[in-house]
Formats: sequence, structure tokens, C-alpha cells
Amino acid sequence: MNDRVPKQEVVAARDVKVAFGAVKALDGATLVIQSGECVGLVGHNGAGKSTIVNVINGGLTPQEGAITYGGASADQGITAARASGVRCVFQELSLCPNLTIAENARVMLSDLKGAGWRRRGLALVTRQLAEIFPGHSIDCESVVEDLTIAERQMVEIAISFAAVDARPKLVILDEPTSSLDAGLAAQLMAYVRRFVETGGSVLLISHILGEILSTSDRIVVMKDGKVVADRPAVDFNTRRLVETMGSVVREQGWQRSARTKTGAPVLSVPPLPGASIRLEAFSGEIIGLAGLGGHGQTEALLDLYLAANGNWWPAAEPKMAFVAGDRGLNGTFSLWSILKNLSISSLKGLSNRSVIDTDREKKVSESWRKRIEIRTPDMHNPILSLSGGNQQKVLFARALATTAKIVLMDDPMRGVDVGTKQEVYEILRAEAASGRTFIWYSTEMDEIRLCDRVYVFRDGAIAAELVGDDITEAGVLAASFAGGEAA
Amino acid sequence: MTALTAKPWVWSFAAAILVWVITVLFTGGSSSVGLSQATLTFAAFSVIVGIGQMFVITLGPGNIDLSVPATMTLSGTLALKVMDVQDSMIALGLLIAILVGVAIGIGNYALIKLLRIPPIIATLSMSFIVQSCAIWTNRGLRIKPPETLSDFTTSYSFGVPNVALVALVLSLAAWFLLEKTTYGRWISAIGQSSFAARMAGIPVDGTRFITYVLCAVLAAVAGYLLASFSGGAALNMGAEYLLMSIAVVVIGGTAVAGGNSNVPGIWGASLFMFLVVSMLNTYGFGAGVRLILTGLIIIAVILAAGGRRVAR
Amino acid sequence: MRLSSSAVRLIIPAASLAVLLAAVFYMQPRAMSYTGLNLLFNLAVPIALATIAQMLIMSVNDLDLSMGAFVSFCACVAATFLQTSPAIGVLIFLGAIAVYAGIGVVIHLRQLPSIVVTLGMSFVWGGLAVLLLPSPGGAAPGWVRWLMTVKPPLVPMAIVASVIIAAVTHYVVMRSSFGVLIRGVGGNNRSVERAGWSVVGIRAAAYALAGLFAVLAGIALVGLTTAADANIALRYTLLSIAGVILGGGEFVGGRVSPIGAVIGALTLTLAGSFLSFMRISPDWQIGAQGAILIVVLALRLFLNRVEKREKNR
Repeated sequence: MNDRVPKQEVVAARDVKVAFGAVKALDGATLVIQSGECVGLVGHNGAGKSTIVNVINGGLTPQEGAITYGGASADQGITAARASGVRCVFQELSLCPNLTIAENARVMLSDLKGAGWRRRGLALVTRQLAEIFPGHSIDCESVVEDLTIAERQMVEIAISFAAVDARPKLVILDEPTSSLDAGLAAQLMAYVRRFVETGGSVLLISHILGEILSTSDRIVVMKDGKVVADRPAVDFNTRRLVETMGSVVREQGWQRSARTKTGAPVLSVPPLPGASIRLEAFSGEIIGLAGLGGHGQTEALLDLYLAANGNWWPAAEPKMAFVAGDRGLNGTFSLWSILKNLSISSLKGLSNRSVIDTDREKKVSESWRKRIEIRTPDMHNPILSLSGGNQQKVLFARALATTAKIVLMDDPMRGVDVGTKQEVYEILRAEAASGRTFIWYSTEMDEIRLCDRVYVFRDGAIAAELVGDDITEAGVLAASFAGGEAA
Repeated sequence: MTALTAKPWVWSFAAAILVWVITVLFTGGSSSVGLSQATLTFAAFSVIVGIGQMFVITLGPGNIDLSVPATMTLSGTLALKVMDVQDSMIALGLLIAILVGVAIGIGNYALIKLLRIPPIIATLSMSFIVQSCAIWTNRGLRIKPPETLSDFTTSYSFGVPNVALVALVLSLAAWFLLEKTTYGRWISAIGQSSFAARMAGIPVDGTRFITYVLCAVLAAVAGYLLASFSGGAALNMGAEYLLMSIAVVVIGGTAVAGGNSNVPGIWGASLFMFLVVSMLNTYGFGAGVRLILTGLIIIAVILAAGGRRVAR
Repeated sequence: MRLSSSAVRLIIPAASLAVLLAAVFYMQPRAMSYTGLNLLFNLAVPIALATIAQMLIMSVNDLDLSMGAFVSFCACVAATFLQTSPAIGVLIFLGAIAVYAGIGVVIHLRQLPSIVVTLGMSFVWGGLAVLLLPSPGGAAPGWVRWLMTVKPPLVPMAIVASVIIAAVTHYVVMRSSFGVLIRGVGGNNRSVERAGWSVVGIRAAAYALAGLFAVLAGIALVGLTTAADANIALRYTLLSIAGVILGGGEFVGGRVSPIGAVIGALTLTLAGSFLSFMRISPDWQIGAQGAILIVVLALRLFLNRVEKREKNR
């Protein structure tokens, strides 16, 4: 630690509360960042990391709590945050792919203006890239879409650290090394240290615990929208970090079926190049896909589904059904009634020669309404009249009403209230007992613990397979974080 | 009553009736029968092409068929040429027209899928080629339609123009397809979210393909009827139906964003569009005012419809 | 040396123009003269301007279906008001450009499909044009006529004008900050917004600039034809879209090229002359244009695939 630069408060978010509907994303979290320090931020899915980042960079106004920049309470919002020297490198790439590197710098740095901005921008990014990633081979005159993903990430990082008039005070790096190899990641971490030693601040979010431990001065651990630990990095090691992220061991509320794999698998997917574990599923199993969000679980489910369902001819006998997690994106049909939303995947069984038998459709949907307890007086009401949890139930009923033997679930319980969850769990168990197979991606530890077998994903591939009593929070966390196995 | 006003097609009918009343009043009631018959006749052609365009637009943003006018021209020309003024060939002529539609529909979707180009430019390129085929076929003398067919298209049953009856039958079929069959559910689902439709197990490509073929076939049938009605095919006979087919879909209350189609609205809008023209003619307004009003109506409708979406 | 994707995008349009030109010269050596070139490319200037206008709209991921009607309207204004009372003519043009900016704002704020809104506007512009000139007539203002028929030494006016248009728009769209922001909105709306820019303002400006170029297209067209009528430029809607696509532009993603668009417009103009030199019957000329469009798009798809394969290697 250096004590040459006097500490100043750069950004402070105090007692911040943010709720999306019934879900509390932030529940009184406090995060203060001083100048000249690198703060590591860790936590499992849904802990509130991205939300607090969005609050700090002005993209989200909290319902309660105060944000101050530079110690004084000033304006809020994106413009204010940028004016106070806060820059953010987002997890998803946010360059304009059709523009050159210098042009992207022009868009992202509004003080890069006036005659010759193109030349100055080019020089600026070139210099910055050489400083952060010495020996890189990026042609700085190229258009972003000609770069590889790793190069794009490097460019975005370089632009965010670049100084036109004033250098940035705080740079937020959200999983900055997700597509960089180990050498580049090490260069970036070394640069972060240099940047911090000259008075800048960095907020570092990463799933690679080694990076967090070696680079940060201070580590903040979040859980359930709260900060559960805020201590100097030297107080932590890998094991303690994993333990702090996890919860107090809770009682197992569910007796896992002691089913043994029998017969041939109903599904078997060869491992990706570079990985070694096959994804297999047996009849009647509930398989969990765990790991941090965005590590390839959704893609794995989509690949499975799209490979099994043709795009030209209706399948005679659907092999798989899919329950969406992002209801707005790939789940509900918002113009339709509950009834139509429920029956869309099973129309084949409800029609004679493609003419829909509305009586039968009504009867079937009514039986599902009772079974899964969709809270509506009339199944002809629009789907959007339902609460999120009940919409999700409709999506479950849609998949379960098909004859498919395998049901894929893409984190469907995100943002659903506890009561609804329990109801759906019961039905899942009953369906599995009658021979259906479920492949369930979940970001919630409680749900992962319900599964018979769990595959933990990391960096797009299966990193570990956990069976039976090995399915514990600690086990999943250790496998989700690189370097965590040692813990 | 609220259930009635909630239906978007009610407005286009109300507007059509209002304009009809105003026009008839202005002429002292003398024109009511003639005006109605003329309106039904000309609306019928817009209805037939409009329904096809509606199916395509229901598929969601970006889906549109610009080859409608060329298809009409080619099917009309080719059918008349094959029939060669012989009454015995009427059925064969219709078959030819339908085959022309099928071929163009297949071509359209092949371009969209194989070249991965947006429907607007795919159907546009296709229409250039089809238009040339029509010009080439049309060379020489203007061929008259077979007499029976010509009589059929220009006469009335029970005081209603025959073409309007044909359009009515086709509309009923389209309505049945949309409301009662799996196919109708599928195109609506694709229009709301093609990704969600795919994940619900709908064969998206197959459904879109059928829809483009259906649109081209309807345009071809309209071309066949129009050529017979007007006593021969003309090269520019489809021209005004490009914008018209899109306009009646929009005014009829079909969501431009896709997923929500509306057959009765096509009728209301088609009647309304023709009546506005005749009303302005009756009042002595020229083509200029008529066009401006048409444009403003389209924009007003889309603004109002867009507003509903935002409000929700 | 690795070619950038924007350079790759220019290869096909430039090559197709060169091939077409070579074919024309081969079949009709007399075309290789000052007068010949002038004849070949005369009509290219207004098409090029309209194509640039369409390209600006397409660079923010929209499409203007009213381009032809609007250029016709502008031609009618140029042949009437601009000639008789220039001040009023200029005012009308300014008003029209303001309407274009307004359309851009409305489309963005209400999240409307640009195709339908501009479809509606095409009726409005068409109606206004009919009101101005119910039958063909009017006259080109003298200076416009002079500008379009002036014979500069060595190179015909059409070529000079095309080069100037390409150079100016290349500067505005590809080099200036303003152009960067327009293309940025097309490429990644969210990141432009996150960086603190007003996206609605940028879109309004893009539409206004498109309006300006369409006005210029109308004026240039009248300079060539000396008179106007309400339907004079209706085919420009389709020509301008085809020109942008031929020139390497894409419908979404802010991937446009002003130089390519001008080349695309020249190619389309030349294709007509080429087909008549080929003694292809006039019946097939439109069809051949459609076929050229399809071939170019297929070539581009092929090239993109090759490029992608290279990159993945």
C-alpha cells in the first residue's frame, strides 16, 4: 500500500436500496471507494454486483440511499457520473462494431473534440494500449468488427483508461478478463496496480479469485443485496472468500431421490473441445446446471433444444420442451391470452387436421390452471394481466402439457416469489417421478441443491460434475471460481 | 358496447359508413346504389391483395412483400394468354395464375433465406424480374378475357358484385385460417417474437415460407380477376396496389409490429379508401388533396396505434 | 496486408462498375469520349444524391419509402417556386427539411416502424406535388440549368459532380464527428446513449441531412429535364435503396459507404445503357437490374463467408 497520495472519497453509495418489483436487488448496501485503491467486488449470482455498478455509474437511480461523487452530493445520472470521472467497462462489449477504434474513442470520450480529433484519438488509444498491454498486435486503425473478441475487450479497456483532458478517477471493470488469456489478464492486473499507485481507483469484479486477491487493496463481498464483508485483501484467502460468499449451512428441506442411473441415458452430449465431462441425462432425473451467470449454461440449453427441433417441419413427436427464463425475450406472447400462451406448444394434440378443437383446448388449459394454480378468474384474460410468477407458471404448464420426455429450464425462477417456487418444485418432483427428465439451469443455490446431479459450468464448458451429497454451496462455488478448487 | 369499440376494425367500418353517408347526402341520395356497388367492386381487389399482405406483415417487423404488383401483372397477363379468349380454358387460366403465385412465393422466400437479405429487398429484386417476365409475355396484342369470365367479374348476384363475393369467400377462408387453425396461431406467435416461437416448438422457417407463398398466390388471384374485370391485362395494372395493400393493412388495425392480424379491418379499410376517393371526387377535389388525406390518415392511424402500445 | 471490412465492402461495387464500364466501351467504343460519357452518366447525378439521402436514413437503421415522392415534390417546387420566386422556394425547402427532422424525432420517440411512417409521407409528398403541378410543366431556374449542363474541360459535368458528391459526403459521414455519431447510433444505440449523447437529436439531424440531399436531388433532376411533373422521380425510392445496397451498404448496423453509394448509383445508371448496348430487349431491362442486384448480393454473401473463414482460421 502506498501512502504518498492522500485518500479522498471518489464515489460513495450509502444504504442503497433498489427493488425490481418484489425482488430486492440491493437491500441497504454501502460501497465507498477512495482514491488510490483497487476494490475487489465478489459475490454469487444475484448478490447485487451489477446493480450496485449501475447505481454508481448513474444508469440506475436507487429508491433509497444516497450517491455522492467526490465527497459532495451533486447531480445524479449518467452525465453527472461521467463528469465526475467515473468510467465503466461493461461485461457485454459496448463498442460500436461498425466504427474504427479512434471513432469509438470519439463516441465514448466526449472531450475528444475539435480539429484533429481523429489523429489525437488514434494516438491516445495507441499509447494507452501499449501502456496496458505492451507487445500487443492490434492495428489501431482497424474497424472494431475486424478485431477478435479479446482485442475488442482490450480496446474498450484502453479507451476507458485513456485521458483526454483529465484522467478518469474511477474505472469500473466488470469481468474485464472474461475473454483475455492469462498473459493479457496479468498485464491488465499489473496496469491496474500502476494506475492505483498513481492515485486512480478501480472497482474490479471478477470470477477469478486469484485476480481479486492479488490485485485488490480491499475486498467487498456481497450477498443477497447486502455487503457481508468489507476488509483489506490481506485478510482473505481463497477459502475464506468462498466461505464468505456462501451462506450459513441451511437445513436440506428436500429429500433427494436416491435414484441410481439406470438404463441408457435419454440424452448424451459429448464434451466441448478442451473439456472432459459429458453431459448425460437419465430418465426421471433432475439435472442442475450451475455456475456463475453467463458461463455458457443458457447456450448449452439452446444448443440442445435447437438441435432437437426442426425449423421447417412441425415435429411429429417433440423430444424436448423449453421453459424460458427471460419471459419478455423468449417466453410469453404478450398480445395473447393465458389460454393461447399455455396451449401453443401442444396444439398438435388439441387439433384435428390442424383445426383447433377449442373445447378440448379449454378443458386441458383449465386442468392445468387447477394443477399449477394459475391465479386468474378467466384463462381468456391477457397474459400480461398476471403477475410475473404466474406468467412463469403458464410457461411451465406450456412445457409440461407437451408430450416431450425432456424439459429444459433456463433459470425460470428468476424473480419469482417464494410461494410460487415451492408450488412449482412440487410439480417438478411429481413429473420427474413419472419419468420425465429435467435439465435445469439455475442461478439460485437453493434450487441447485434440489437436483439429483449437477454440472458446474465455467468459461463455456462443464468444469465439474457433482452428485448426491456433494451438491453443496461450497462445492458449487469452488467449482465456479477459477482457482477455487484449491479451497 | 365496450367489447365492440375495443375491436380495432370497428373504426375503419365506422369511418367507411360515415364517408358513404356524407357522399350520398351530397348527391341527394340518388347515387346510393351505384356508389355502393362501385365501392364493393373496387374494394374487393384491395381486400384480396390486402389479406395476403396482412399475413406477411403479421410475421413481424421487416416482413413485407413488395412483389405484389408485379405478381398481379404477370398472373393476369399469363392467364389471359393461356385462356386465349376460350371459355373452356377458364379453370386452366386460374390454375396458371395460382402456379405463378406459388412460383413467385417460393422465389421470394428462397432469396430471403439463401441470400439472407431482408424481405423488402428480396421481394423488390424478385419483382423486377417478374415485371420483366410480364412485359415479355404481354408483348403484342392486348388479349381479351374469355367472355364468360369477363361477364362474371363485371356482373352482380343479388345486387352484389361477383368479385366482392369472391373476396368475401377468400376473406372467410383467411379468417378461418387465422382464428381456427394451428397455422394461424403459429404466424401470430412468430410475429410477436420469432425467438419465443422457435423455443415453443414452432417450425418458424416452414411457416414463414408458406406465408410468403400464400401472399403471392392471393396477389396472383387478384391479378387474374382484375385483368378479367378490366377487359385485359395492362402492364401497370398492379402499380397502385403496392401502397394500397400496405395501407389497408395498417388502417384496418393490423399491428405493424406483427402478431396481430385483422381480417374484417381489411374490408373496412378497403371500403374507406375507395369511398374517400369518391367523396373527394364528388366535392370536386383533385388527386392532390386525395393523396395528402390518404397519407395523413395512414400516419394518424399508426400514431394512434403506436400510442396504445406505449400506454400499455 | 489485412484488408479492413470497409475496404472489402468497396471492392464489389467498384469492380462491378469497372466491369460494366469496360463492357460498354468494348461494345460501343464511341462511348469512350466526352460526349459519350456525358450521355452515359447524365442522369446519375440526381440518383446519386437521392441514394446518399437514403443512405443517411439507412445508417440509423431506418428506411425511407417516401424518397421517390419527396424528390418528385422537390422537383416540382424547383420547377415552379424556385424559378418564379426563389425566396419562397428556399423557404419551402427549409420547411420540408424540418418536416424530415420531425419525422426522425417522431419515429424515434414513438418507436414506430419507419417503413409505414414514410409510406404515409409518400402519399403526402405525392399529393403536394400533384397540387403544385397537376400536369407536367414548370421550368428549371436558369442557374440550375446552367449548373447541370455546364461543360467543364476534360471531364463531363456528371463525373465531376459525382466525385464532388462522393468527396463531400465521405467527409461528412465518414470523417466528421457528426458522421461518427450517426453511424454509432446505427451500430450500437445503447453505447452512444451510455456515453451521454442525445440519440433523438442525432437521429433528427440524420433525417434533416437526408432531407437536404433529397432536395438537392430534386433540383438537380429539374436541371436535367428542364420541366417537372408529379411522378417524375417515383422510381427513385427503389433505385436509391438498390444503390445503397449495391454500394456495399447494409440495412442495419450503421454499415454504409458514401463512396460506395455514389458508385452504386452510377452502376445502376450505367446498367440501363449497358443493357441497351447488349441489345437486350427493353422488356428485360428491369429484370436484368433485378438480376444484377441479386448477383451482387450473392457475391457479397460469398465474400463475407470467405472473410469469416479467414478470420476464424
